[in-house]
Amino acid sequence: MGVLSFLNRDHTIAKPGYSRWMVPPAALCVHLCIGQAYAFSVFNLPMTKLIGITQSAPNDWKLTELGWIFSLAIFFLGVSSAVFGRWVEEGGPRKAMFTAACCWAGGFFISAIGVYAHTLWLIYLGYGVLGGIALGIGYISPVSTLIKWFPDRPGMATGMAIMGFGGGAFIASPLSVWLMSKFHTATHVGVAETFIVLGVVYFFFMIVGSIIVRIPAPGWRPEGYVAPTASKKLISQNDVYVYDALKTPQFWLIWWVLCLNVTAGIGVLGQASAMSQEMFPGHITPVAAAGFVGLMSLFNMGGRFCWASISDYIGRRNTYFVFMLLGFALYCTVPYTGSVGSVAGFVICFLVIISMYGGGFSTVPAYLKDMFGTRYVGAIHGLLLTAWSMAGIFGPVLVNYIREYNVTHGVPKAQAYNTTMYIMAGLLVIGFICNFFVKAVDARYHMRAEDEGTEPGANATAPAAARA
Amino acid sequence: MDTGNLEKTTTLQLVIAWGFVGIPLIFGVVQTLINSMTLFK
Repeated sequence: MGVLSFLNRDHTIAKPGYSRWMVPPAALCVHLCIGQAYAFSVFNLPMTKLIGITQSAPNDWKLTELGWIFSLAIFFLGVSSAVFGRWVEEGGPRKAMFTAACCWAGGFFISAIGVYAHTLWLIYLGYGVLGGIALGIGYISPVSTLIKWFPDRPGMATGMAIMGFGGGAFIASPLSVWLMSKFHTATHVGVAETFIVLGVVYFFFMIVGSIIVRIPAPGWRPEGYVAPTASKKLISQNDVYVYDALKTPQFWLIWWVLCLNVTAGIGVLGQASAMSQEMFPGHITPVAAAGFVGLMSLFNMGGRFCWASISDYIGRRNTYFVFMLLGFALYCTVPYTGSVGSVAGFVICFLVIISMYGGGFSTVPAYLKDMFGTRYVGAIHGLLLTAWSMAGIFGPVLVNYIREYNVTHGVPKAQAYNTTMYIMAGLLVIGFICNFFVKAVDARYHMRAEDEGTEPGANATAPAAARA
Repeated sequence: MDTGNLEKTTTLQLVIAWGFVGIPLIFGVVQTLINSMTLFK
């Protein structure tokens, strides 16, 4: 009972003297751990040799079967962030981060049992379902907390946390490979032991984050901070209830903006290695392509922090205008770099594109905060992440199928991606139009003053729009 | 003011907290950067 009350929202309210700069490390404790998801592929090949050890045996799992683990995790990320968003917001960050830690570590432990028993559905359940739920809850909770602590720099604050999600793979990838090499024996691949160690380490890190996290006391403001005046039309001082936000055109316009921006980036991110080698045969070797992918990951991470921080100065809507316009120009330039054989031009184009892909993720929570206020921003963010799930399907499908179609119709491999690049540029034009139509939320959706004093759950029965 | 209602964050706490997440992150970034250099060889 004592431990449970420690997790309550009331127990996480910061007392005077607490520095808000303790919150970004707390957020990073969670995001660096769940960011491991991007590095899960390092286990794929070893898990195809659990029986054969040196090479795949007939009863070993196939790569296609293992691919479902990551897909399930990302699917449940979207589902859990949408379903548990309101609970995360109302239960407070400590409870959410503790739950995420239990699910994340539990997912690894169940997966370890699955590897020992060679039972794939246990890994689907462990890493895919339980881990996916941890991803959803762990992703939105620190972001929402940071927005409340940094009303003066919400972009920079959320950029720090979401940068951690991108950076988690940098730690997990070498760590996992090193652990597997330590546990590897002549009769054993070492995946199960690695899962157990990772589960313990991640649980410890995430629990530390949940202990040091705090939420600001009601009415708290940073020293010297003055809330934006009414002249900033796209920064609302009013809160919108989570399910009322769904009724606004702004939510769906931003949903499409995110979906299209992510679709454009995620497709090339997954195919960067193959694309670079096929567009520049003889110039980019497989080893160099691996280096290119690593460099893209760094720009993906750096873009999350830099673009979100820039958005604090130029505004969220303008930042997305930059993503759409610059992205359009760069996607149209890529086929040209291929035709003139400019490897440097190709690399620069994609590094900027991928930085904007990351920037799209990290700028969107602050965009939502500007539109819908801070109170339910975590829950609304959770609902918006369904756009990510959608883009995760669209992006790779567009790149792969259009390339396949072109190659089978006699287009040289070096030019097989040109159509895709123009389609991506077209998607960004649609994104630009959606972003153009984002205006301030109608006042009838704002929560009323009397709602502020009541339990938020009470609003579920009488949302603002229903009363209006 | 009652000191029980204060929660003063010290510089040491901030350094430890940032080091706790910063050191692994920098390690990962450096590793990735080293691997990425193959692009320029």
